[in-house]
Amino acid sequence: MVANKFVLHFSSALVEQPIIYRLVKDYDLIINVLKADINPHKKGYVVLELSGDPENYNSGLEYLKGIGVDVDPLSGTIFWNKDRCLQCGACTSFCPAGALYMTTPQMEVHFDDSKCIICESCLDVCMAGAVEVRF
Amino acid sequence: MSVEKSYAEINEKIKKGMAVVVTAEEIVDVVKEKGIEKAARQVDVVTTGTFGTMCSSGAFLNFGHSRPRIKMNKAYLNGVPAYAGIAAVDAYIGATALPESDPENRVYPGRFLYGGGHVIEDLVAGKRVKLEASGYGTDCYPRRHIETWITLDEINDAILFNPRNAYQNYGVAVNPSERTIYTYMGVLKPRLGNAGYSTSGQLSPLLNDPCYRTIGVGTRIFLGGGSGYVAWHGTQHNPGVPRGENGIPIGGAGTLALVGDLKQMSSEWLRGVSYVGYGASMAVGIGIPIPILDEDILRCCAVTDEEIYAPVVDYSSAYPQRESGDLGTVSYAELRSGTIKIEGKEVPTTPLSSYTKARQIAQILKNRIAEGSFQLSQPVQPLPSPQAGIVMKTLEEKKNKE
Repeated sequence: MVANKFVLHFSSALVEQPIIYRLVKDYDLIINVLKADINPHKKGYVVLELSGDPENYNSGLEYLKGIGVDVDPLSGTIFWNKDRCLQCGACTSFCPAGALYMTTPQMEVHFDDSKCIICESCLDVCMAGAVEVRF
Repeated sequence: MSVEKSYAEINEKIKKGMAVVVTAEEIVDVVKEKGIEKAARQVDVVTTGTFGTMCSSGAFLNFGHSRPRIKMNKAYLNGVPAYAGIAAVDAYIGATALPESDPENRVYPGRFLYGGGHVIEDLVAGKRVKLEASGYGTDCYPRRHIETWITLDEINDAILFNPRNAYQNYGVAVNPSERTIYTYMGVLKPRLGNAGYSTSGQLSPLLNDPCYRTIGVGTRIFLGGGSGYVAWHGTQHNPGVPRGENGIPIGGAGTLALVGDLKQMSSEWLRGVSYVGYGASMAVGIGIPIPILDEDILRCCAVTDEEIYAPVVDYSSAYPQRESGDLGTVSYAELRSGTIKIEGKEVPTTPLSSYTKARQIAQILKNRIAEGSFQLSQPVQPLPSPQAGIVMKTLEEKKNKE
C-alpha cells in the first residue's frame, strides 16, 4: 500500500472529465479529497490523498499525467508564521516528525520544513493560528 | 548582620541608575555563586515574567458620545458582544466572548477563531474595529442604533481589567480516557498520551513571592507591554492550599486582579488565542518586580524548577465532575524536560505558556528598572495570606427558599 498527498491542477477542459471516478474505477485507488476548487469551464485544483497498491498507484499517476493533469506532491505547504507564534511549544509535543521542535534550555520553538510530513497535527493544537496550510 | 532595605532606598538607587536588577532565572546562579546574604546585599530587584492564556481578562471601553446620543444596552465589536449593562457608552469586552454567529461546539470540536481576546489584540494593534450598538431610546439618549468604526486612539478610554491573572501554580492536565479531549489545557490525547501544563515555573511572579510579602494591592507591574498595577487579589484567590516546606503551594493558589491602560500596551503581549473544542481567550504578558528587602525574600526568588511541584489532574473525569483524583505530583524541571512519568508511563509534556516569552518579559522589566524608567511601588494593602482562612466555595443547586 502506497499513500501520498498531491495537488492536482486541472485545465478548464479537464474540469469537465470524471477523473476521480476513473482513478477509483479503473485503478482501484482510494481517494481522500482534502480540498478542492472546481468550477465549470474554469481552471481548478484538488488536494487529495491517493492510496492503493504500488502498481495501481503508479499507473494511476501515469494516467493523470497522460491526460494533462499537473500532479504536484503536497510538500512545503505547511507554513509556520514566526511572528504569530506565541512560543508556547504546544505543537512540538504533537509533531510526530520533529519538524516543529523546541530547543533547550532556551525553550524556543523552531520549524524545520524539510522534516514536515504535512500530517497537520499542529493545526489543531496551535492556539495562536501560527501554522497554516497553503496550497 | 542581616540585610534590610526599604522601597525608598531601592527606588533611590533606581533613580540614580545604580540599582542591581536580575531576572528570577539569573538570580539562581547569583545565589549559587555568592550565597544568600551577599546576594541579598548586592541585588536590589528580581524580575519575574509569565506569558500565557488567561481567560479572566478583558477591557473596559468608553466610546465617546454620538450625535444624537445613545444609551447602548447591546454592543458588538467586530461581531463579538461586549457587556453594555453599565453607563451609556461604556462597555466591557471579555476575552472569551464569542460572536453570536460562532458555531461553537455544534460541529465538534469547534474552532473559535475569533473572540474577545482577538478584538482586544486588534484594538491594541491599532486596527479599525467595527462597533455596532443598540439602545431602546430615552429622552436623554434618543438614538436606538449605531454602526461605526473605531480605533483605540479614537475612543476616550480603554482600561484592561483582568479579574484573575497570574495563577500561582496550576495543575498538570492529563486524559486517561479512551478518546481525545479538548480542554483549556490544550488537546489531551487518550490513554495519558500527553500532559498539558502552564505557568513559567521559576520565572512565574507568585512562585517567587509565595507568601505575598511584596506583591500586593498597588504593586506596579509590566502588563501587556505597558505598565499596570495589581488592583486586588484575583478571583478564586486561594492561598490556604497545601504548601511544600519552601512555602510554595502545590497547585493553584494565589491569583491577581490586574489593571492598566490598554492604550500603552502592545499586541505582542496581548494576543487572541483559539483553543480547539474549548473557546477563544487571550494570552497576557505579565512581569512583576520583587524588591529584595531582606534575605528571606531573596531566598524565595532563588527557587528553581526542581523545587516547584504541580499536581497531575485527570481532565477526562475528575476535573469536569469536580471530583478529587490524585495522580501524583511532578516538578517543573520534569515538565520542562519534555516527559514526565505517570503511573509508570512516560508521558510527553505539552507546554501552554511560553517560557521563552516569560524570560523576555523578565528581561524587558529588568531593563526598564535598570535604566530608571520603572520605579517600584509599595503595596497599599497586602493580599490575603495563607493564614487568612479563605476557603473556596462551590456552587450548589438549590430550590427557591431552600
